[in-house]
Amino acid sequence: MTTLTTNTLSVDLNLQRREFSLQAQLTFPERGVSVLFGHSGSGKTTLLRCIAGLERASGEVRFGTETWQTGQTFVPTWQRGIACVFQESSLFEHLSAQGNLDYAIKRARTTVSPAEIHQVIEMLGIGHTLARRPYQLSGGERQRVAIARALLNKPRLLIMDEPLSSLDDKRKQEILPYLENLKEALSLPVLYVTHSMQEVTRLADYLVCLQDGRVRASGTLQETLSSMDDVAGLGTEAAVVIEGEVISHDFQWHLTTLGFAGGELRIRQHDRVIGTGVRIQVLAKDVSLALSEYHDSSIVNLLPCQVDAIAAADDPGIVLVRVLVGSTPLLSRMTHYSASSLQLEPGKRVWAQVKSAAIL
Amino acid sequence: MEFGLSAADWSAIWLTLRLATLVTVILLIITTPLAWWLARTSSRWKGPVSAVISLPLVLPPSVLGFYLLITMGPNGPVGQLTQSLGLGTLPFTFAGLVIASVLYSMPFVVQPIQNAMEAMGSRPLEAAATLGASPLDTFFSVVLPLCRPGFITAAVLGFTHTVGEFGVVLMMGGNIPGQTRVISVQIYDHVEALDFAHAHSLSLLMVIFSFAALLLLYNSQRLAGMGKRG
Repeated sequence: MTTLTTNTLSVDLNLQRREFSLQAQLTFPERGVSVLFGHSGSGKTTLLRCIAGLERASGEVRFGTETWQTGQTFVPTWQRGIACVFQESSLFEHLSAQGNLDYAIKRARTTVSPAEIHQVIEMLGIGHTLARRPYQLSGGERQRVAIARALLNKPRLLIMDEPLSSLDDKRKQEILPYLENLKEALSLPVLYVTHSMQEVTRLADYLVCLQDGRVRASGTLQETLSSMDDVAGLGTEAAVVIEGEVISHDFQWHLTTLGFAGGELRIRQHDRVIGTGVRIQVLAKDVSLALSEYHDSSIVNLLPCQVDAIAAADDPGIVLVRVLVGSTPLLSRMTHYSASSLQLEPGKRVWAQVKSAAIL
Repeated sequence: MEFGLSAADWSAIWLTLRLATLVTVILLIITTPLAWWLARTSSRWKGPVSAVISLPLVLPPSVLGFYLLITMGPNGPVGQLTQSLGLGTLPFTFAGLVIASVLYSMPFVVQPIQNAMEAMGSRPLEAAATLGASPLDTFFSVVLPLCRPGFITAAVLGFTHTVGEFGVVLMMGGNIPGQTRVISVQIYDHVEALDFAHAHSLSLLMVIFSFAALLLLYNSQRLAGMGKRG
């Protein structure tokens, strides 16, 4: 086992149920957002609940130098110094929004200063809700209050179990920016469960893919997403996420140029300041490969690259091809027929045509 | 005589109120953990335990009273125990009446509390635990306030049901003034003596009291329901 620092969570759990088994051995980074990704029934929520101590599997759970579970030892949830945001509203109905926050503040591990309270309320934009009772709040407001309540509890580990899944798309888009802000502002590790690729690409630093109760892949977002075995099951959602920055704006053609390790991408104009670091998502279905540098197509982005690997996708007629632009991996989704007629093979030099890319 | 009631009537009223209050308090204390267990367990004992608790709902009070009399009597196991402890036997005493009433009114107190706890679900408990609340803290800060309507219903039903019992009292407690002669027994005595005037006064009092208590209960439930819907 790796050396553990104060906020490192490591689990080695085993759970056998009648129609489901979970087996996971993982060490999470000590800060940033670790996303547990998988379809329903993959065991991601069960794993999260075992980490929180809400359910008990056999095995070990350690946090920093503390042992939360091993053999006969089982530290109860309330002594673990964690806070949770659940799938649906978990606010106490008998208390106002303010009452819910006070409940957490009163039981926080360390004193919460009025400045911190103010900051959290501002960051989540819930100032106007404080006097109201949970049933008087919209779904989005309830989840924001629940997030604020979790933060004000001063947890050492923040656990979020599909916090957006009970909301409609509009509300999701309303909360995602708050979560992104939060991610920047927090120094504690966050465990986030979701089945939404959009939430993965926007929030994850570290990604764990679960399938049928087994860990299929884990690693940094970039590593995991570009490893084709892990994304093959995603179908048209397969994508890579590239860390880059805004290089220039072209006001005549309303384009923005983004730079990343190995090349540049031009996308529709964006209002971010030059030099800002951005996350760029490129879907595999938006990347096609050509053997020569065609300039007679409508596609703006043409990147020289080298085929790295080819793998079967979810459909027998489709393959995923990973190419390296410099050191940056891109995925291309194409028919098996195209890959074969272009005679693609690892090491071959090709041109990647990137139809679109999005800043997350 | 006040309100058409004799001193004996007043003594019966006072005894009944004392009995019902004591029984309600005892029931709230012992049924809370019991309801908690029933609401949350998946044990195979849940069914048998629920059935035993609910027996007084369907059995004739005389059957319950009869068995209590036998068990607590000088030759019964409980009677032997109380005698060996120097407490004498319980039948025909106020204490015996309290024990009988606790058993007789138990289902009326357990069920509303259990229903409230089941309706609450486990999510509020999990939320409290993840926020660092100990189980005891959670009970007072989350369970009690969220299940308050259930506790109110339980208290009102337990109290009124104890006030209204007759068969068990007669079997177990008999008819001792100031000890076991509660209102219902007093009414019975009046009727036996063809004293319909006094029977009327006391009966009317019972009707008014029961109606008022139930009205209070249903109104409070309606208000609680409105508060939840907003």
